Amino acid sequence: MTTTENPSTPAPEIGRDRRRKEDRRLITGRTRWVDNQALTGLLHLSVVRSPFAHANIKGIDTSAAKQVPGVVAVYSAADIGADQVQLPCAWPITKDMKSPQRPALAGSRVNFAGEGVAVVVARSAAIAKDAAELVEVDYEELEPVLDMEEALKDGATLVHPEIGTNANAQWVFDSGEAGSGGDVAEALKKAESDDDQIVVRRRFRQQRLVPVFMEPRSTVVDPNSEQLTMWSSTQVPHILKTMLALTLGLPEHKIRVIAPDVGGGFGGKIAVAPEEVLTLLVARKLGKPVKWTETRSESLLTAHHGRDQVQELAMSVTKDGQITGLDVKLIADMGAYLGLVGPGVPILGAFMFNAIYKIPAYRFDCTNVFTTKTLTDAYRGAGRPEATFGIERLMDEAALELGMEPLEFREKNWIKHEEFPYTTVSTLTYDTGNYEAATEQAKQMFDYDGLRREQQERRRRGDVKQLGIGISTFTEMCGLAPSRVLGSLDYGAGGWETASIRMQPTGKAEVVVGVSPHGQGHETAFSQIVADQLGVPFDDVEILHGDTQSSYKGLDTYGSRSLAVGGIAVVKAAEKVIEKAKPIAAHMLEASEGDLEFSGGKFTVKGTDKGVGIQDIALAVFAAHDYPEGIEPDIDAHATFDPENFSFPHGTHLCAVEVDTETGFVSLYKYVCVDDVGNVINPLIVEGQVHGGLAQGIAQALYEEAAYDDQGTLLSGTLVDYTLPTAADLISFDTANTTTASTTNPLGVKGVGEAGTIASTPAVVNSVLDAIRHLGVKDIDMPTTPYRVWTAIQSASGHAGRADEADVASPGAGLGSTASDISKGDTQGGHL
Amino acid sequence: MIPAQFDYVRPTTVEEAVQALRDGGDDAKLLAGGQSLLPVLRLRMADPSLIIDLGGIAELKGLREEGNEVVVGAMTSHHDVARDDTLRQHVALIQEATKTVADPQVRHRGTLGGALAHADPAGDLAAPALALDAQFVIAGPNGTRTVAAADFFEDYFTTAIGEGELLTEIRFPKFTGWGARYEKFNRVAQAWSIVAVAATVKVEGGTISEARIGLTNMAGTPVRARAVESALVGQSASEENVRKAAQAAAEGTSPTADADAGSDYREHLARVLTGRAVLAAAG
Repeated sequence: MTTTENPSTPAPEIGRDRRRKEDRRLITGRTRWVDNQALTGLLHLSVVRSPFAHANIKGIDTSAAKQVPGVVAVYSAADIGADQVQLPCAWPITKDMKSPQRPALAGSRVNFAGEGVAVVVARSAAIAKDAAELVEVDYEELEPVLDMEEALKDGATLVHPEIGTNANAQWVFDSGEAGSGGDVAEALKKAESDDDQIVVRRRFRQQRLVPVFMEPRSTVVDPNSEQLTMWSSTQVPHILKTMLALTLGLPEHKIRVIAPDVGGGFGGKIAVAPEEVLTLLVARKLGKPVKWTETRSESLLTAHHGRDQVQELAMSVTKDGQITGLDVKLIADMGAYLGLVGPGVPILGAFMFNAIYKIPAYRFDCTNVFTTKTLTDAYRGAGRPEATFGIERLMDEAALELGMEPLEFREKNWIKHEEFPYTTVSTLTYDTGNYEAATEQAKQMFDYDGLRREQQERRRRGDVKQLGIGISTFTEMCGLAPSRVLGSLDYGAGGWETASIRMQPTGKAEVVVGVSPHGQGHETAFSQIVADQLGVPFDDVEILHGDTQSSYKGLDTYGSRSLAVGGIAVVKAAEKVIEKAKPIAAHMLEASEGDLEFSGGKFTVKGTDKGVGIQDIALAVFAAHDYPEGIEPDIDAHATFDPENFSFPHGTHLCAVEVDTETGFVSLYKYVCVDDVGNVINPLIVEGQVHGGLAQGIAQALYEEAAYDDQGTLLSGTLVDYTLPTAADLISFDTANTTTASTTNPLGVKGVGEAGTIASTPAVVNSVLDAIRHLGVKDIDMPTTPYRVWTAIQSASGHAGRADEADVASPGAGLGSTASDISKGDTQGGHL
Repeated sequence: MIPAQFDYVRPTTVEEAVQALRDGGDDAKLLAGGQSLLPVLRLRMADPSLIIDLGGIAELKGLREEGNEVVVGAMTSHHDVARDDTLRQHVALIQEATKTVADPQVRHRGTLGGALAHADPAGDLAAPALALDAQFVIAGPNGTRTVAAADFFEDYFTTAIGEGELLTEIRFPKFTGWGARYEKFNRVAQAWSIVAVAATVKVEGGTISEARIGLTNMAGTPVRARAVESALVGQSASEENVRKAAQAAAEGTSPTADADAGSDYREHLARVLTGRAVLAAAG
C-alpha cells in the first residue's frame, strides 16, 4: 500500500505521437515471419499449377518428379482428397446463390490459369521446385470465359457447366420497396419528361487489382503437437481455425493457428487458401511438418484479386442541382470461384453509392459473374472504393452537365452537419459528421481558388502541361460489426471483438486481443489506450495477438475494425479490471467502496490523501494474503464488445495533377486531404495509414491493373508488369484532420485503415479529366496511363490512335522479352 | 523464386574467365551485376549449367583517362559511373542516362558492361553509347578485339560478343564541353523505358555546331537519329528550330507495340522527347 502526498496525473497517452513499438523488430528484419519457421524434419511443398485458364485434365504423370533425389511424395488431387474439399464461402448473399465447388487442387478441370493440379513434397524448397517442373500434365483446352457481360449472355461458354449459368447471384436494394425512399424508375421517368430536370447516365469500369502485400503468403503445419499447429501469414487466424475445422471435419479444439508478425494483407490475406489446406492435408498424411511459401509470381497469379466491376449509373437531378434519383447497376467479376467473402464485397457498395448525399430515390442492382480468372475478394476498402469512385465520378459529370461548380453541386446535396444523426436512403444511420468543416479546411490548405485561377491561365496560354483539379467528398462505413446487421446481410459471422487483460504480479499488463495486426501498429495504439484506462506506464503494457492458444477468441482484422471494435473491447476489459480491483482497494484502504474514486492509476479515498495504485493491487492479489471475503483474488478481466452501428469516417480530398498534353503523362501536383476519423489515438499512425491508403488509391487511378490476354493468361505476372508506384512517383501529401467524435463508442473513434484508398481514386481521375476536358476528352479508363491519356486526346482531336496496341506485357523489362529468347519453350507446369 | 541447379565459378582474371567460358561450352552464362540474369534464373526462364561470376576480376572494374578517351571497365557499377568526376566533365551523356537506371539498389549492383552486353532494347545505356561512338573491347581465346558501337548492337539481346568472348571495357571519346540530356519516358520511376532519347550537343555562340542523338526502344537495337542530327547542325538552339528538326526523329526506326505503347505512340514520343532532350542539352 502506498499513500500519496501529491497525486499527479500523468499526461494522457491518447493523442500522443508515439513511434510504433513494433517497428524496431519489423524494420530491422529481426522478427519471425512464417517462412522463418524451421522445424526439425521440415518438408517443403511446391504446387504444380495450370498454365491454361480453362481445361480438362486428361492425365497427370508424376513418375519423373518422383525420381528426383530428395522428393518425398508427389500427389495429385485424389491422392490426398484435395478434390473433395469445398473451400468455404462465408457470405451467401442470396438464398439461391450459385456456389460451385472450390477444391484445394483441381481434380478433373482447371478453371483459371494458376490453379493447382498437383503438389510435390521434398526435403528442400529447391528440390520441390525442380521436381514440380517435371510433373507432366495432359490438358484438353476449353474455351476461356473472360468478359463479364459476354458471360451472362445466352449460349455463353460456362465456367462451371454443372451449375448451369455463369451468374453467381443477383442482389437488389430498392428504396421504394424498403420504404426508405421513392421508386427510382419513377424518378428517372419523371425527370426525362420534366424540362426542369436532366438525367445523367455513365458507364464506368473498375479495373482488376492485386493487393500486393509485402510478405508473400506462407504456411507451416506441424501435425505432431497435441494440437495440430498451423503458422500462417494470414489476417484471420481465428476465422481460419474455425473454418479449417468445419471444412475438413477436424475437432476445433485440436487446431491451433498462429499468425505471427504478418507483412501486410490489405484484404488479400482474408482467406482460407487452398495452399493452407494442402499444407495441412500433406502434413497429416506424412506425419511430418510441412512448409509452403509462395513466390511473388505465384502471389500475383493466385492470391485473390480485387475490384473488377462494370458500373452503369443513372442520376436524375433538377437543373438547379438537386438530386432526385440514383440508379446503380453493377456487374462484378467473381473470377473462377467464390472466396471467403467474395460475393459480399460488391454488395457493401449498396450502402455507399448514396455516399454523403441526400438522395430521395435509390436502387442498387448487382449481378456477380463467374469467369475463368483468379477469384476476387476483399481488397482495401472492399466494395466501398468501387462505390465511392462511381458516385464521385458521377457527381463531377452531373455538375458538368448542369454547368455548376462541382464542389457547389456536392454541397447542395450533402447532409448538413446539423442534420446528424441522419438515416440514409440505403437505411444506414450516420451518427456524426461535418462535411462543411472538412471541405472548408481542405479548400484553404489546397488554395482551391488560386489553383482554379492557375488552371484558367494555363488554358488561356495553351500550355503543354495543363492543370486539373479533382474532388472527392467521401464517407465510408467501417468498423465491421455490428453482429445483428451483418446477420441481416447473411454474413457468416458476427462482428464483435474481444480483449483480455492479465495483470502481472509486478504490475505489468498483458493485453490479449482478438484482432490480428499485420502492419497497423495495434501494439502501440492499444498500449496507449490501456495506459490511459489503467493509469499505468505505456511501457508496462504488452499486447498479445495472433495465436489462438493465447488469443482464443476473436474475429480478426479487416474492414477498419480493429480500433473501433477491438479497441473498445480493450476499454471494456480495462473497466472490468478496475471494477474487480475496487473492493480489494477498499479493503486495503479500510474504506468503503462508495468513498473511492479511480484516477491516474490510483484508487483514492475522496477527501483524503489515502490511495493505492492498480499495480500494487495486482501484487496484493497475487500474494492473496489479505483480501475481502466472498470475492476471488483476481483482477484479470475479459470483455466482448459488439457495437450498435458502423463507424462513418469522412473527408474531403482535393487533387491537382499536371497532364502533359504532348505525351499524356500525368504527374501529381498537389494532394490535400482532410479526413474526419473521429478522436485520434495516435496521430502518427493515423497519418501513416492515410499516406499508405492514398498511395494505393492513387495507384488504382494511375498505375495498376491486372490485365489478361485473350487466352486468359495474366499479363501482369511480375512486379515488372504490375506497375506499383514508389515514393519516387508520388508527392508529399498534405494531410489534416477535423474531429467529430463518433457517438457509437466510448472512445469516439472511427476507422482509418481504408479511408485514403476509398477516397483518393476518384479525386485523381476527376483531376486528370478536368485537365483535358477542354480538349474534348470525356472519359478515360483506369489506370489513366500516358498511352490512354494521349490516345484520348488524339481521338478527341480527330486523330486515330491505339491502332496497334498489342495485348502483351511490355517487352523491354529484361524479363518478358528475354523469356522468348532463352526459354526452352516448355510451359508444362508453369514457370513460377 | 528458386533457380534451377547450376555450377558456379568465380575467376580472378580475364584469362581465367575466357578459359571458364571455353570449358563451360554453349551452356555457360556470364554473371556481371546480375540485375537481369538473376530474375531470369529465378523465374526459370533460363537454366544455364554454368555461371561464371565476373565479380572477382579486379581488372574489369574502374575508370581511367587515356588521351582522348575515358575507359570504363565493364564491371564498373552504375553507381560509380553516375558519380565519377571524369565522366561528368568529358562524357556527361552516359552519366545522365546511368542516373535514370531503375533504383539505387539496382545501380549499386548493376554494371555498365553487363547492361550493354545484355542489350535489352529498353535498357538505357545502349543509346548513349551509340550516340557517343563508344568502342567495345572484347576478350576471347584469340586475344582482344575492338568493336565500334555501331557494329556492337546486332538485334534484340544480341551483340557482337561471340561464343567464348566477354566484354572487358568500354572506351568513350571525350565530348568535353558538350551539353547532355537523357530524356526518359516510363510509367513509374523504376520501370524500363517506353522510349528514351539520349542527346548531346555542342553549342558555339548560340549555334549548334555538332549533335549526337541516340534512341532507346525504338527498334531491336538503339538507333541514331541522324536526320535530326544533320538538321540541327548550323541552327540556333531555339525551341522552334529544335522542335522542327526533331520531327525527323522517328525516321528509320521500327518500334514495337505493347500494352504500354503502340508503335505510332512510340514514334510520336520519339519526336517529342528528342525536341526536349536537345533543348535541355543545348540549354
